[in-house]
Amino acid sequence: MGCGLCEIYCAVAHSKSKDLVKAYNTEKTKPISRIRREVSKPISFAIQCRHCQDAPCVTACLAGAMTKDEKTGLVTHNKEKCIGCWTCVMVCPYGAIIMDKEGKVVTKCDLCQGLEEPACVANCPNEALIFKEVKT
Amino acid sequence: MAKYVIVGASAAGIGAIEAIRKIDPTGSISIITEEYCVDYSRPMISDLVSGKADLEKMKCRADSFWIENKVDTRLSKKAVKADFAEKTVTLEDGEKISYEKLLLATGGKPFVPKIEGQEKEGVFTFTTMAEAQRLAKRIDENQSKSAVVIGAGLIGISVTEALVKRGLKVTVVELQEKILSLLLDSKASEIVEAVIKKAGVNFATGQSVQKIVGKPDNENVVGGVVLTKGEHVPCDVVVVAIGVIPRTELVAGTEIKINRGIVVDNFMQTNVPDVYASGDVAEAYDFILDQNRLLPLWPLAVLEGKVAGYNMAGKKTAYEGGTNMSSLKYFGIPIVSIGNTNPNPDDTTLETLVKLDAENDVYKKLVFKNNVIVGITLVNCIDRAGILFNLMKKKVNVKKFKHDLLRDDFSWAVLPVSLQRKMSVIQ
Repeated sequence: MGCGLCEIYCAVAHSKSKDLVKAYNTEKTKPISRIRREVSKPISFAIQCRHCQDAPCVTACLAGAMTKDEKTGLVTHNKEKCIGCWTCVMVCPYGAIIMDKEGKVVTKCDLCQGLEEPACVANCPNEALIFKEVKT
Repeated sequence: MAKYVIVGASAAGIGAIEAIRKIDPTGSISIITEEYCVDYSRPMISDLVSGKADLEKMKCRADSFWIENKVDTRLSKKAVKADFAEKTVTLEDGEKISYEKLLLATGGKPFVPKIEGQEKEGVFTFTTMAEAQRLAKRIDENQSKSAVVIGAGLIGISVTEALVKRGLKVTVVELQEKILSLLLDSKASEIVEAVIKKAGVNFATGQSVQKIVGKPDNENVVGGVVLTKGEHVPCDVVVVAIGVIPRTELVAGTEIKINRGIVVDNFMQTNVPDVYASGDVAEAYDFILDQNRLLPLWPLAVLEGKVAGYNMAGKKTAYEGGTNMSSLKYFGIPIVSIGNTNPNPDDTTLETLVKLDAENDVYKKLVFKNNVIVGITLVNCIDRAGILFNLMKKKVNVKKFKHDLLRDDFSWAVLPVSLQRKMSVIQ
């Protein structure tokens, strides 16, 4: 449908307050969604980090900010280490790494660590987004 | 005795360790570096000078990395001799380490041409942590106010930004007529130059430094430079940032084949059995030029190191190749430049599509050969650049939708559905 709720809920889930109204209205740094609704009518779908097996962003990262957890498969971005060199943006085959131009760093999907299910999946009204483990 | 010996503990060395440990969890690894600290991000030394990063932030692997991977790290040790018959590497202090598999990951060193007056106090190169620290110290202690940077390539522009952030007045001298000439075409270069000029930087292009002169009261300390056209530019420090050349001295004069860098095959193996080379010291495959060449870039060094590591540990792995590719963040203007960005206008086999929004300094240029992307330039519009890079790398025929690639709303959704399916296989 391209409703964009995934973007809203992603941004809120990664905001300080985790509250939709506060996140958008009062928080100093505006929440950034790590999922993107890509639209080219009639097509629309959501894209976020695929947590690649042999992730190009991890290999390319100049600062060691991007790491792959071999056990969980998660590709994690460490904002403190990121220098905003945009090398990961250059190599991500899905265009799934988001530039936080204000913060001069990148940001990306972390599969909502700590939540039972990623916020985008939990709040997708049409079950277009599902969360499951796949063997690669 | 170590099963794996790696000379050089930077990008390629790290890549190799990670690959080796995926295949061989226990085989002993020794890594030799003449630097006093293991593993720091070399591209970040400009952040050290600007004050944006300290050594802790510059570590691109956690301290635990070396312990968890059971790596014997030999810091402040210089390898001075490699003997391929007895399979040993000799250190400066006389110690001999024997290897089963050897990786030469010695990297590059700054290229410094002969310039009159280069021995004066206040002349620096800029490729290592130690050099960056010396430069920062000099600026602090002498309260340097101005600098001349020789070379407007990646290193030159990165150090220029750091110096500007420290409040220095910088003049950049570049032999080519434009800045970042190896990465950018005239238009992109012009946009970037204008932005950097706004930050107060002067450019002297099409010139070089004739000589470095001393201060009026002290001939031994840098006081300025004289450009080839005769202009005198006063300054307190000079940074030579022309480029890097491979550090081949360890194997020079041995049977290892050296062209400009160490010659390797697709498995990063040299002509000598059990000896591999990766990173800035090696000539690896460029998939756009379809030949091996020097490409001294951090991400490629890691990738090449990984390939070497897999092969050293017994997993036959071919290098997919890299090309001249950089993303730039300097002076707040994001740029991506990949492959053939300066197409020869006489080459009729190449097709170029350009989109320019002059008001907002947004510039996009794609170069195609036989409907395959061979060159990407993105200025101020690098979002999703990796999708284009992936199409380039996979040599996808984009004939039917090449104009869509320049759309402002370009994304995965713009690609034909059949291609989306084909390419959505997770990497």
